[in-house]
Amino acid sequence: MSYLPNTDAERGKMLAAIGVNNIKDLFVHIPQAVQDAADYSGLTDSLDDLTLQRKLIAMSSNAADLNSNACFLGAGIYDHFIPPVVGSVCNRSEFYTAYTPYQPEVSQGVLQSIYEFQSLITRLTGMDVANASMYDGATALAEAVIMSCDLTKRRSVVLPANLHPSLRSVVETYLDPLGISIRTAAQNQETGATEIDTLTENDACIVLQQPNFHGVIEDLGAAVAAAKAVGAQTVVSVDPMSLGILETPGSLGVDIVVGEGQGLGCFPAFGGPLLGLFACKKEYIRRIPGRIVGGSVDTSGRRAYTMTLRTREQDIRRDTATSNICTNQALFALAATVYLSVMGKQGFKDASTLCVQKSHYLAAKLAAAGVAQRFSGPFFKEFVITCPAPVVDINKALLEKKIIGGLPLPGAPNEMLVCVTEQRTKEELDSFVDVLASFVKGEVA
Amino acid sequence: MSTEPTIFEKSRSGRVGVQMPTCDVPVVDIQDLLPGVALRTSLPLPELTEGDVMRHFLRISQKNYCVDKGFYPLGSCTMKYNPKINDVAVQMPGFARVHPFQPEETVQGTLQVLFDMQNWLSAILGMDAVSLQPAAGAHGELLGLMLIRAYHVSRGDAHRNLVLVPTAAHGTNPASAARCGYKTVPINTDERGLTCIDDLKRQIAACGDNLAGMMLTNPNTVGLFEEDICLICDLVHAAGGQMYCDGANMNALVGTARPGDMGFDVMHVNLHKTFSVPHGGGGPGSGPVGIKAHLAPFLPVPVVVKDDEGVYRLNYDLPQTIGKVGPYYGAYLAVVRAWAYIAHFGKQNIHMISEDAVLNANYLRVELGKTIDIAYDRICMHEAVFSLKNLKAQTGIKALEVAKRIIDYGYHPPTMYFPLIVPECLMIEPTETESLETINDFIQAMEKIVAECFTDPETVKSAPHTAPVGRIDEATAARNLDLSWPLEA
Repeated sequence: MSYLPNTDAERGKMLAAIGVNNIKDLFVHIPQAVQDAADYSGLTDSLDDLTLQRKLIAMSSNAADLNSNACFLGAGIYDHFIPPVVGSVCNRSEFYTAYTPYQPEVSQGVLQSIYEFQSLITRLTGMDVANASMYDGATALAEAVIMSCDLTKRRSVVLPANLHPSLRSVVETYLDPLGISIRTAAQNQETGATEIDTLTENDACIVLQQPNFHGVIEDLGAAVAAAKAVGAQTVVSVDPMSLGILETPGSLGVDIVVGEGQGLGCFPAFGGPLLGLFACKKEYIRRIPGRIVGGSVDTSGRRAYTMTLRTREQDIRRDTATSNICTNQALFALAATVYLSVMGKQGFKDASTLCVQKSHYLAAKLAAAGVAQRFSGPFFKEFVITCPAPVVDINKALLEKKIIGGLPLPGAPNEMLVCVTEQRTKEELDSFVDVLASFVKGEVA
Repeated sequence: MSTEPTIFEKSRSGRVGVQMPTCDVPVVDIQDLLPGVALRTSLPLPELTEGDVMRHFLRISQKNYCVDKGFYPLGSCTMKYNPKINDVAVQMPGFARVHPFQPEETVQGTLQVLFDMQNWLSAILGMDAVSLQPAAGAHGELLGLMLIRAYHVSRGDAHRNLVLVPTAAHGTNPASAARCGYKTVPINTDERGLTCIDDLKRQIAACGDNLAGMMLTNPNTVGLFEEDICLICDLVHAAGGQMYCDGANMNALVGTARPGDMGFDVMHVNLHKTFSVPHGGGGPGSGPVGIKAHLAPFLPVPVVVKDDEGVYRLNYDLPQTIGKVGPYYGAYLAVVRAWAYIAHFGKQNIHMISEDAVLNANYLRVELGKTIDIAYDRICMHEAVFSLKNLKAQTGIKALEVAKRIIDYGYHPPTMYFPLIVPECLMIEPTETESLETINDFIQAMEKIVAECFTDPETVKSAPHTAPVGRIDEATAARNLDLSWPLEA
């Protein structure tokens, strides 16, 4: 086997040194009946290296990928540009084959990159502090909601009706065993924004998604004011790409900001691994879940980094830890750090602006072709259209033009959530409109 | 090694790292497109060229130790080699560049990986079904406990809220239990290093019909196989509890024995330990959960199925599902890597993983045991636990100091002070991908360090001497928090 260095001669030598005759003698503590029951016939035949590579290529080829198809799907996972240097850094063995930086003396590269990641996330969100990252935007939101309940000592939270269904499901699943109740803030059916008037003094927080699941930009300032009036917190799940142009949640008074960081230099990758962002006001720092890296000095006075505030974590606090999480997404946090560093002040703003310009161009052209927007509220890069035919049929026609259409909305088969990133060209946008227009004109059965 | 300034200090106003395209649609003023929306007035991101960025990150990368450089004797972490075919695979467009909401017909090859892995992991773990959704081991623990809870609730046993957890367990076990609304009851380890059966019986009796289950790592956290496992499972089952296996140590069993055959109802396995997914400096990981059939109705949605025409589908139709613990289908690219590792070994050779891992660990136990004390003098599984209690008594040198000195000999330190039940503990796991000469070299280094403890204790106490930085003042870091680079005035 390609990865096993022991030769049979060496195995014999080692067994002799141990003082046993047979490898099976090392497994004597496992009941024989258990060993006899082990059946691996469900596995496939061992593959040599060449066959393995060929098999992987064959499976990968059996998919319509975003290299060969223009993607108008979004809904939480986005086809943003990834500068090549992101891969050049993240594919370095020194980063991707390193362990968690519990031994700071031999982990300064990981630790400094996380410190820079935390710094970039605070700058992007306008918050005081950020952690070293979470699994994904959905679990980051669940953790934020639980933290808010701990901080306010309240057991009810308000989620918006237009929260991403996957995020909502994850939050519900996390809250159920903890006995935290959920109420829902309605969506304005004309603008698509959240109606913020349902908060009470029992609520720990109101959650907003920015932009919301239907792409509409929410009024965070109004939510903060309503929450403050009843002593509740505001938790925002933000698309970080929108922060190239939108005002920061921090300056609008938001308490906790989370988000899905995949768009910051990570592949869509069929939805995983992802990158959860978590930032908040500094007074909550000792209740934050997950790892945090801090700057310090070594014995010679040199600047150095280390994991800090470790007494919040599960390996020390066990059942009273702030969370059970003991991993971060270090490699993907690195990707986001490299991404934000190389895109920089100008490139990131340009990408964000292009999303706005191009999505609005598409919305206007669709409207002119007779495909109306469902909501009137302002949007960033996603919007809902009411289609002249079921979305699944339209998407089949689009796929013939090498276009992956938008998301059919749950329970509304003719409504499509369309996403336009900076990667879409005018030519692709115009082709998209042409296909939709052909349905309007009844040219397609 | 010189200090590398932060990326912010290297920024120079006006530099650009990515030339973005000119807008190819008619440009409209943003204020007109987004009327009434608050826009930001400053965006304090750094300004560098691509070359500046590459050089910065390459320089800091040189300050990391990594598997591709050398041996990580980290017990409980399974730091095996990360095959390079996996790196090629995760760049392939049908895996890396597909959207989770694409129609099923357009992602058949993508879905095949998930379908295969549900089946393969079921076979390896001895379970009836697998969820690939958890993003890490602790996430898998949480899902596993939620499934146990859903099972009890479905049977009218919602009052069952106590979980037995050995005192030697990973900290995630009690933390995950707390997140599931459960209280933990500690179970002692006996002088064999195994679960104390008398204590277990006492605690089960004390829990009465509030027992929800037991979380047990097997092999356990001192690297020993729980030889009474069938009895333990029987005792817990008889009291109405479910058995959860923390699969952190699954590398000792792959291809040899299956937790499902021991009586476990549910378990997680760490793809980033057992199945060669790289640790990435702390993540991403992946923690799939295997279950017996009686827990299948509660699985998170969707599960991947193959229909009668051989088409892979996402099945959301589980009326009793607990919901979702992750937004999509799990850490997909980690699953691709693990797929490749399992496919390479296949049914003929999968046993070689556990056999070589256990062989290496026992060889290290016996040979290094000539220099330092073995905590439990019996055949171990994939890792060996040592205690430096006597060395400390003789020289005053602590396990931490020995571990830091190991850095100077070119290795990562072993796991230390875990499990807490072994004083001055060092836990060493060589994995199946380390060679005899690597292990021998490591043992020699340990012999030299032990000799130094007597002849030159100051050198050991002040180690490391050759690392990019010396020991770090962690107390000051926690007191004077410096968690982000300050904005320029």
